[in-house]
Amino acid sequence: MQDDPVIRVVSKVMIPTVMLFALYVQFHGDYGPGGGFQAGVIFASAFVLNAMIFGLNRGRHVWPANLNLLAICAGVLLYGLTGIASLFLGANYLDYDVLGATAKSGQHIGILLVEFGVGLTVASVMVALFFTFAGRLTHIRLMSKMQAHEEASPPASKTKTKAKKAGGRS
Amino acid sequence: MSGFLVNASLISLLTLIAILALRLHRLFAVVMLSGAFSLVAATLFVVLDAVDVAFTEAAVGAGISSILALATLSLVPAEEKPHSIAFVPAFLALATALMLAVAVTDLPAFGDVNAPIHNHVAPEFIKGSAEDIGIPNVVTSVLASYRGYDTLGETVVIFTAAIAVLLVLGGYTRPHRRKIKSRKKGEDKNAG
Amino acid sequence: MSSLAGQWNYFLVIALMMIGFYAVIARGNMVKKMVGLTIFQTSVFMLYISMGKVSNGTAPILTGDPQTLYANPLPHVLILTAIVVGVATTAVGYALIIRVYESYGTIEDDELIKMIEAEDAEDSEDMNGETQSA
Repeated sequence: MQDDPVIRVVSKVMIPTVMLFALYVQFHGDYGPGGGFQAGVIFASAFVLNAMIFGLNRGRHVWPANLNLLAICAGVLLYGLTGIASLFLGANYLDYDVLGATAKSGQHIGILLVEFGVGLTVASVMVALFFTFAGRLTHIRLMSKMQAHEEASPPASKTKTKAKKAGGRS
Repeated sequence: MSGFLVNASLISLLTLIAILALRLHRLFAVVMLSGAFSLVAATLFVVLDAVDVAFTEAAVGAGISSILALATLSLVPAEEKPHSIAFVPAFLALATALMLAVAVTDLPAFGDVNAPIHNHVAPEFIKGSAEDIGIPNVVTSVLASYRGYDTLGETVVIFTAAIAVLLVLGGYTRPHRRKIKSRKKGEDKNAG
Repeated sequence: MSSLAGQWNYFLVIALMMIGFYAVIARGNMVKKMVGLTIFQTSVFMLYISMGKVSNGTAPILTGDPQTLYANPLPHVLILTAIVVGVATTAVGYALIIRVYESYGTIEDDELIKMIEAEDAEDSEDMNGETQSA
């Protein structure tokens, strides 16, 4: 697929558009249909498209796995910390009234933060799921290469694993 | 009446897709049909006035879910062993359908304004969304503010699912290659 | 009988639900089971959304007109989150299927049961042999 010029050009136009649309869905969720869950999935689909067209390695280069793991945790943490912030400002957990100058603006800020946390988690979870599933094939190939390498080396390791297995079972 | 026609035709289309997905043995086709199922279901959600749900179903069910299923099919055989109709499960499904149908007759009529569900907390939320929160989309205000705890829980579930997948497939554990290899050899013999 | 006619939408959804249910319990292929589960799940969503529908109502996005009837937003919120959670849990299911295939070389559950039984028998023989030799 990487060599098809039509797909390459179209996807280069599509990927930023999809991301922009995801941001619109994220921040316009208060006024129309949308919100963190949908925006997260749409944002992730841009990364999925990128990885499908330009290959997994380039996809990983754009959005490294460690950063992704961090983003998964950061989203949930942002949600939880918004609740704790309102706790410290003297209201109940996840009661956003105290976050702003007035109750309404506090609710706006709270909902924006919470939705952003949801969006971040959902987007990075979907990217993580895709890369894990798609990366499994290369992982298996790597493992079987290592296996072949091990088998080429002296058979001492083989008896070792056998003994280990018997020990583990009994 | 037009509502009946639209809903009934959409649900018949869904039933058709579901039966096809059940009968086909090529799993690629089954997965694509399940994507089509989600897309038609999203249309049905629009007809039922659930625009947010339709949006999510279209993005998730027809998009990400199909991609994950296709990624799975690249790793496992994409052909199902042919099956005849299993009578005990069919009987079980029919019996369950009968019980559910009997139970459903106790529900208020479809679209009834006076149903208990519409007169409990929902009017409060619709009123409060304008007065307390100032957000036109009631679904967002209920999701993020009134039922913030629920959504926090759901986010944690998604987080947990991602951790589970990373642990199962992420390469943090070593698969038992020795076992697989001997089995694969046996399989090749059977095939040949 | 008039109440029966009023609930047609629920009956249609139940029929759909049972197709998914049959696929889950009757089919041996695990991917097929997952697809059946998705159909079942989506039908349950439809049942919930049907309950939130109000005749002559509109989507729960405030128009500013006090006369407007809105659909019930509560089932929408519930199902919206359930869809995303559903795909995340489905992914866990697919991940487990991949691992089952890597370990056993099949995703048909009758073959799988045979293999596991054979393996158990082998293991118990091994253990008997070990105790005798000891």
